[in-house]
Amino acid sequence: MGEITCPVPLGNGRRILLAHGGGGRLTRDLVENVFVPAFRNDALAVLHDSAVLERPSGALAFTTDSFVVHPLFFPGGDLGRLAVNGTVNDLAMSGARPLYLSLGFIMEEGLAVDDLTRVVASIREAAREASVAVVAGDTKVVERGKGDGLFITSSGVGVIEAKRPVTPGEVRAGDAVLVSGTVGQHGVAVMAVRDGLAFASPILSDCASVAGAALALLASGLDVHCMRDPTRGGVATVLNEIASQARCEIAVHESAIPVSEDVAGACEVLGLDPLYVACEGRFLAFVAAADADRALEVLRSRPETAQACRIGTVRQGGTPGLVVLRTKGGGDRVLDLLSGEQLPRIC
Amino acid sequence: MKYLDEYRDGAAAQRYAATLRAIVTRPWTLMEVCGGQTHSIVRYGIDEMLPPGVTLIHGPGCPVCVTPVGTLDRAFRIARQPGVVFTSFGDMLRVPGTSDDLMHVRADGGDVRIVYSPLDAVAIAEKEPERQVVFLAVGFETTAPANAMAVLLAAKKRLTNFTVLLAQVRVPPALEAILEAPDCRVQGFLAAGHVCTVMGTAEYGPLCERYHVPVVVTGFEPLDLLEGIAMAVRQLEEGRSQVEIQYRRSVRPEGNAHARAAIAEVFEISDRDWRGLGRIPRSGFALRAKYAAFDAERRFPDSEPLSPEDPDCQAGLVLQGRLRPQECPAFGGRCTPDHPLGAPMVSSEGACAAYYLYRRRAAAAVAAGAV
Repeated sequence: MGEITCPVPLGNGRRILLAHGGGGRLTRDLVENVFVPAFRNDALAVLHDSAVLERPSGALAFTTDSFVVHPLFFPGGDLGRLAVNGTVNDLAMSGARPLYLSLGFIMEEGLAVDDLTRVVASIREAAREASVAVVAGDTKVVERGKGDGLFITSSGVGVIEAKRPVTPGEVRAGDAVLVSGTVGQHGVAVMAVRDGLAFASPILSDCASVAGAALALLASGLDVHCMRDPTRGGVATVLNEIASQARCEIAVHESAIPVSEDVAGACEVLGLDPLYVACEGRFLAFVAAADADRALEVLRSRPETAQACRIGTVRQGGTPGLVVLRTKGGGDRVLDLLSGEQLPRIC
Repeated sequence: MKYLDEYRDGAAAQRYAATLRAIVTRPWTLMEVCGGQTHSIVRYGIDEMLPPGVTLIHGPGCPVCVTPVGTLDRAFRIARQPGVVFTSFGDMLRVPGTSDDLMHVRADGGDVRIVYSPLDAVAIAEKEPERQVVFLAVGFETTAPANAMAVLLAAKKRLTNFTVLLAQVRVPPALEAILEAPDCRVQGFLAAGHVCTVMGTAEYGPLCERYHVPVVVTGFEPLDLLEGIAMAVRQLEEGRSQVEIQYRRSVRPEGNAHARAAIAEVFEISDRDWRGLGRIPRSGFALRAKYAAFDAERRFPDSEPLSPEDPDCQAGLVLQGRLRPQECPAFGGRCTPDHPLGAPMVSSEGACAAYYLYRRRAAAAVAAGAV
């Protein structure tokens, strides 16, 4: 951090101009002075129309995601960190070791160059942490008012390390459902800054790579059937997706799902359900029941997943596609997909 | 979490349920007034813990649900005007009017913003003096003090670009209307704890006397509800009909003097239309003449005739406790949270949404004739 400087003036050096996307001198300055030094690697340094990469042995995983979070910076992360980890985590959930990323930057005219360099610095940091190389990229500038500061699209390639498929289709009755840590941090952290809500201590986003933990779980030889990261729509949405794709019923225990005290409090105030709030550094794992305890040991031995818990079970029989929550009070209720976005309540 | 977990304790809930079983000798029907209570009941399965014969029916206390279609249509027309910033609580964004909702107004370019407090809307008006800021002031007595404060603050700041579109309703006249209905089954009420935190309990005494119904002012957590139900059943078993307070950690008999003073300063009691229930005398608040400048209906005159409700929507019967959500022919078919016909399917406090979200399996079993 802080090592990236901008030796050649970019326009007047403070703001992104339309000309930075025009393909001329300013575009070249931006690429050569901001992006290439940050992501330095052989494939990128060629600066040709596409990156040429060695073919790894094994099947490839390939994914893409767009990141439009507002504000660009939030407690515990920023757009750049999100763009790396979001794609890295999607690759890891398929049982792949993330290798390469491409990044598309859509900048709004007037974006502060300082903000851009901060985002780029944190991309470099996050890519280093996740051991991925940024090998291709693109920049465009849209007129002021036609963007929201900065959007990033990131695509990623990884090589499959899982010995068996890790997909919803592999989920079996009796499987244990594990979560890698506390839920709802990211969504609440962003909502708190977006709505100017002040809490006694800021709630930090959980934005992080889960690739290390996911690959360690696969490498342990345990019977892991499926993994997915609960981003948009949170844990409840992922459980519904898996229940419906695997045509099974999933039962989870409310009291077993780890929610930090500050997130629970914020959700109570805002009228939100933390089970529907986005995480950006967590994953759910469906593991054969006999291996559940050992899987938890593997996860808990790593700092980023030290709070991993078993939260539920895939039921034998039951209604395909249904997720049932055993509440703290002892009753059962359906945990459904949200209709639209989660909206704050009146009273 | 402190102050919450102790009211959601499963073992304590079972003990309360056992106490209740011990005092019940015959069937009783209670109505919980507030939509927040309905959601807790369905969410935590409170009704399933009750002894057979003790029945809960769900009352009209959801502010989103009782706001008339005509008011919503008017709100959407205002929100579509250029130069208007239309502010609302998040709940109202998806509530359907005749053919529109605020989500679509926003998608079409209307400046619709979610606020957490009407005072935030006043702050927007101050910051953007060139724009007309309108706040959709719906709710029961719980939201009235904050809405009154917003008007008082706007008056103090001499803002000329802030108005409220008022659909402010009062609980006691609605309870009276329910009790007056010829086929009324309600034998006791769990009154809304937050409404009484503001207003106190004096308005409920006359209802107890005239209709011989116990009224227990009850909170919203599972143990609150179980205790409130037990208190009401005990009164019925003993032949009493009094106002009692279960929600003692929040409610004082005299209410909140500051909040009531703000309401009294800004509002006067008026007749109001309720979605599904029609016009109920003295069941709402209107702005007093001295604050008429803050009335959005005056700022944005609108002569469009008020439109009727969807004929398939049985929200009125649901809101009066005369029909259970899953008994409505449209429930889960024509009417779902994705395509709601009426407000109770939209609001986080609506009874239909509560049943759809938490009881779909039970409802499906009923539909299949399995139960």
